[in-house]
Amino acid sequence: MSVELDVFVGNTTIMDEEVYQLWLDGYTVNDAVKVRMEGGVMEECEASADVLLSDTMDQYRTFQMCERLLHSPTKLANQLLFQITPHRQAVLIERYYAFDDAFVREVLGKKLSKGTKKDLDDIGAKTGVTLKSCRRQFDNFKRVFKVVEELKGPLVENIRQHFLLSDKLARDYAAIVFFANNRFETGKRKLQYLTFQDFAFCAGQLINNWTVGAVDNMVEDMDVDLDKEFLQELKELKILIADKDLLDQHKSLVCTALRGKTKAFTEMEANFKNLSRGLVNIAAKLTNTKDVRDFFIDLVEKFIEPCRSDRWTAADMRLYLTHYTNSAHILDTFKHQVVWDRYMGVIKSCIFKMYHD
Amino acid sequence: MPGKLKARIVAGRHLPVMDRASDLTDAFVEVKFGNTTFKTDVCPKSLNPQWNSEWFKFEVDDEDLQDEPLQVTVLDHDTYSANDAIGKVYIDIDPLLCSEAASVISGWFPIYDTIHGIRGEINVLVKVELFNDLNRFRQSSCGVKFFCTTSIPRCYRAAMVHGFVEELVVNEDPEYQWIDRIRTPRASNEARQRLISLMSGELQRKIGLKVLEMGGNAVVGYLQCFDLEGESGLVVRAIGTACTLDKLSSGSAPNTNTHTHPNTAPASNACNSPSKDGKESPLAHGCRSTHNSPVHSACSTQRLSQNFSVSVPTLIFTGMGSGGSGGKDAGPLKTLLRQQTQTALEQREFPFFTLTSFPPGFLVHVGGVVSARSVKLLDRIHNPDEPETRDAWWEEIRQEIKSHAKALGCHAVVGYSESTSICEEVCILSASGTAAILNPRFMREGCLDIGIPDHRFEEPSPPSCGFCHIPYDELNMPFPAQLTYCYHCRRQKVPDVLFTTIDLPQEASVTGKGCLIQARLCRLKKKAQGEVNATAISNLLPFMEYELHTQLMNKLKMRSMNALFGLHIQISIGENMLLGLASATGVYLTALPAPGGIQIAGKTPGDLSNEHHISTIQKRINDTIAKNKELYQINPPELTEELVGSPIPEPRQRSRLFRSHSESSDEVSELDLSHGKKDAFVLEIDDTDAVEDIHSLLTDAPPPTGFYSCNTEVMPGINDWTSAVQMFTSVRVIRLSNANLTNQGLNKIFTELCENLLKSFYFKLRSMIPCCLCHLNFTVAVPEEELIQVAVTAVAMTFDKDQTQEKLADKPITKGTGETEEQLQFPLELCADSSLPNTQPPGSKISGVPESTNVSSRVSSLERSSPLPDGRSRSLRSTRSFGGSSVTVVKMTPLSFLPGTRIIKYLGIINMFFIRETTSLREEGGVSGFLHSFIAEVFAMVRAHVAALGGNAVVSYSMKECVFMENPNKNQAQCLINVSGDAVICVRETDQEPTLPANTGQSCTSAAEGTT
Repeated sequence: MSVELDVFVGNTTIMDEEVYQLWLDGYTVNDAVKVRMEGGVMEECEASADVLLSDTMDQYRTFQMCERLLHSPTKLANQLLFQITPHRQAVLIERYYAFDDAFVREVLGKKLSKGTKKDLDDIGAKTGVTLKSCRRQFDNFKRVFKVVEELKGPLVENIRQHFLLSDKLARDYAAIVFFANNRFETGKRKLQYLTFQDFAFCAGQLINNWTVGAVDNMVEDMDVDLDKEFLQELKELKILIADKDLLDQHKSLVCTALRGKTKAFTEMEANFKNLSRGLVNIAAKLTNTKDVRDFFIDLVEKFIEPCRSDRWTAADMRLYLTHYTNSAHILDTFKHQVVWDRYMGVIKSCIFKMYHD
Repeated sequence: MPGKLKARIVAGRHLPVMDRASDLTDAFVEVKFGNTTFKTDVCPKSLNPQWNSEWFKFEVDDEDLQDEPLQVTVLDHDTYSANDAIGKVYIDIDPLLCSEAASVISGWFPIYDTIHGIRGEINVLVKVELFNDLNRFRQSSCGVKFFCTTSIPRCYRAAMVHGFVEELVVNEDPEYQWIDRIRTPRASNEARQRLISLMSGELQRKIGLKVLEMGGNAVVGYLQCFDLEGESGLVVRAIGTACTLDKLSSGSAPNTNTHTHPNTAPASNACNSPSKDGKESPLAHGCRSTHNSPVHSACSTQRLSQNFSVSVPTLIFTGMGSGGSGGKDAGPLKTLLRQQTQTALEQREFPFFTLTSFPPGFLVHVGGVVSARSVKLLDRIHNPDEPETRDAWWEEIRQEIKSHAKALGCHAVVGYSESTSICEEVCILSASGTAAILNPRFMREGCLDIGIPDHRFEEPSPPSCGFCHIPYDELNMPFPAQLTYCYHCRRQKVPDVLFTTIDLPQEASVTGKGCLIQARLCRLKKKAQGEVNATAISNLLPFMEYELHTQLMNKLKMRSMNALFGLHIQISIGENMLLGLASATGVYLTALPAPGGIQIAGKTPGDLSNEHHISTIQKRINDTIAKNKELYQINPPELTEELVGSPIPEPRQRSRLFRSHSESSDEVSELDLSHGKKDAFVLEIDDTDAVEDIHSLLTDAPPPTGFYSCNTEVMPGINDWTSAVQMFTSVRVIRLSNANLTNQGLNKIFTELCENLLKSFYFKLRSMIPCCLCHLNFTVAVPEEELIQVAVTAVAMTFDKDQTQEKLADKPITKGTGETEEQLQFPLELCADSSLPNTQPPGSKISGVPESTNVSSRVSSLERSSPLPDGRSRSLRSTRSFGGSSVTVVKMTPLSFLPGTRIIKYLGIINMFFIRETTSLREEGGVSGFLHSFIAEVFAMVRAHVAALGGNAVVSYSMKECVFMENPNKNQAQCLINVSGDAVICVRETDQEPTLPANTGQSCTSAAEGTT
């Protein structure tokens, strides 16, 4: 005797959130049944393994049928096939678009192309995420990327409206799209200590301050591409290191402000010129796409690593950068205050985030 | 030209990509009614086209309006080749023909293709302008309302119940026409869908005409079925109950207080002797059935002379004119009542009623289940216009039912239904119902008001037990039964066990809770053809019926209950086996005596090991019974001895249980199923079958904690329904791998199949605990030689656990939900005296709300403004949170009501037939994937139609047919589904809901206004 056909359809679609998660995580039906049995759901309702298997299959089928709709979540609310409560719809979408930080860390900044997709099994093996789940997450990134690519208006808002995601998840996707578009290097060994959330924060800063959208909010790709004019203007900051008087003046202003306020003062004073050169050089080079990609690695190499080897605390870092930024305003001959602020505002918050004690 | 139909195509959305090159579609729409077709413009390159067409006007006869559906076809325009069809929508415009139902159909309909399923949606507007037709000879019956609901619909009052209406139409099945060999599967499916739609329209119109002739204005309990007879044709038949319904308007508050029962009882029965000491028998409890198998051979009308009459055929009619019968136990009042009813019913050819629950006072006495089956050989229907053969078959069966009812001393049959099972050219026709005596006032003109006090005398017995009192004469009992005085009123006789096909009457007094009881049976049969096959089947039928009854009886006793409601026995034929499934809801009727236990006897006394074995089993049985008593809270009030005068049977009396030797046919062919004279009810343990049977008795697992199940409308003993409902359909097919199965092996597999299904439901719905599965409707079929298919539709409803335990403790009015009449449904439990507070008639909470043109918008606003529901009732809210969702939430239930809501309007009947076929079965996820999406699609289409009518719920929903065929080798499958129900608008019972029915009218209106 074998079960040939077995279906259960509710007028209101029945979905078990636990099974949904197992499905999203790429478990096969049999593995999912095992996990559920271990979870003790059987005792809950005097169920047998058969019952559990039948239920899991039903749910998996339902999810597969829903998957098409989840690809364009706005359809989910208008479709007639499944009667799903709005609350459930929101859960379905949010979970479907959720991703593993370990996985996204691997693909962050990579081109969302077929080539990358081929490497997914390696990434899966490395991160412990099933290939099925990797594919879903990767396809999600790609889908969001494709849709927002051609849209005007703020990136986060577009993602939220088209994919009905929560604000948090929409911001994360914005970061992923932003990184993929600018192909920021995140995979180098020196950057390994940074989490996805660190990068997502930095992406948010860059999107809000350095893109075209930061000045004009009705341009295409406004939040994805960096503001070219601004990048050109950044070259002007070079004067801070090229003009020796200015550099000395800047240094003395900063040192005066810092003296006695930190234990790392001697190191700060000794390293001032090096660090300042590092930051200003990063700014000056951003017109090159190649250097944009190396933005994060440069920040680490030119700034974070020297400070770390001098054992600055996070508070030291804060103190130093605050005074470093502010003192530039007092320099009489330095005329590029606006650009400086726009640049340093982002650099400051990025470094704060990236500087792990 | 009595009608003008107008249709407008507004827009489409989510259309499929028809042009691979551009990933777009150039869609246009054809709107067809009868032979007239209109087209919209092509909306180029869009998956969300906006046509905004003009109004297409069709000027048609109202006859056509009733028969034909509006057919909307969406196509993809192709300049160089033929236009590709995207899909179709059939819109039944019948609801628009009735002034009280919907006024406009407007909404998004799924575009359906029989090969691809749902492919996008289309927004359509339909209106009808009807001109008054004064033609006396008209063929149409516009305006007659149809209800699937098998009770008086909740916002109506039955002014008069006219009685049984039936009709059938036949045609050739397009699938079997010669042209089918050359046309595409799509064309063939569409031809079939269209034909069935036409035929059901015609059927409905013809039944409507009959209703008008009878002077009625509505059909209640409308049951329409298809018989796919294959080569020999297609039969669409329907039965129903013609009524004259009055809409309850807000002004006319319904009568609530109709039955104050005189305490003065007819004392004539004081010295009646106890009933004769008849032996209990499984079939004797008011169940009569016969198997009549006149087999028609394919070429002649020769009849086989076998006649299987399973019941005791020699009966003396009781009551009515024949002296000295009815008067004996009930006195002159009963006789009078009978005479009145008799005259009212005599004119009717078939005093049948498809209703299963009734206005208070309608049902006077219930005799028991009557059923008849007959095996027929199908032959081609030569002339579709003369469906006489099929008519004659049913006529025969109905006559039989009628005579059975008479034998039970009853003049009417309630809870009546008909069904067929077809395999190749053999067909079993079945009919069953409950013999009953009805109150005549509902059938007489001019006596419409149920509140007229002078009718009181017609009810000599309290409503909480009156229906249990035997309608037949105890001296001339139609079958041996053990009668006792009613445990409730002590005045009249009741049987020890009562089987019925109806719902538990609202006013009935019940002890504890009820539960689903199923008897399951498989019987192998040799493969055969034609007459031989038909004979073999008819030979098997009586045994099956007998065994099913035995099982039911044993299981009933195991649960310590004494009555079955909603009994439905289905016998299904396959090529090499017969399946029997009997489902019912067992309850403990307070009025009936406590059932005895079950005793086991060994055949060879003296064998010590055997005795030991028997005593262990006996102990297990006793333990199970005790456990069940606790589980179902059956603690009948202990009867005190001062109530003597009437003989009380010993409470601990044991009835022994009988097993038939079904294999030895000579024993049963004596036609004496009552086993009255035998030393009956010995369960012989040395018989291996018997061991199996006992085991099956013991393995019937009770539902897990927090769950209850029943196949009636609601669970006896549960009153506080909360608003969460989950209707579901489940289909399971198993393949029997072992070719050499025995009957026992098969039985076990079949039983497991049903039990596992139930277990699956409990598991899936565990989040709804405490919860009851109501109206569990099992349908079995043998689609192929080694396949068994079981389809189930039911609804899970939550209830308030705390309150049910308190039972009649004060119910806080603050609860927004649950203040429906259900709460008051069984208020008699604790006040067993005859000074009873009255039950509320079902209509009392319902009041008409002034007609409004924008009903749908008001409903949605009602929903929005209703207090935030708790987590469970979320599903009632419309999906609005995601900017601009236009999907109305439509609830579906097989019951006639939705807990926590009031039905304010019936919008018309939903009766839809769909075919789905695939040639890429694997790609669609195999058979399960295919059927899963098809059922989901059917639900979606039903919901869309209801929403377009302005409704937000379907009540009395049922899936009448689910025929599934597969050919995995060819990667193909086909499925036919027929569903029906009543589209309604219901509103949430609000907090302002009045607690007194007297001012229902005003407050309801204000409640509606307050939320608009």
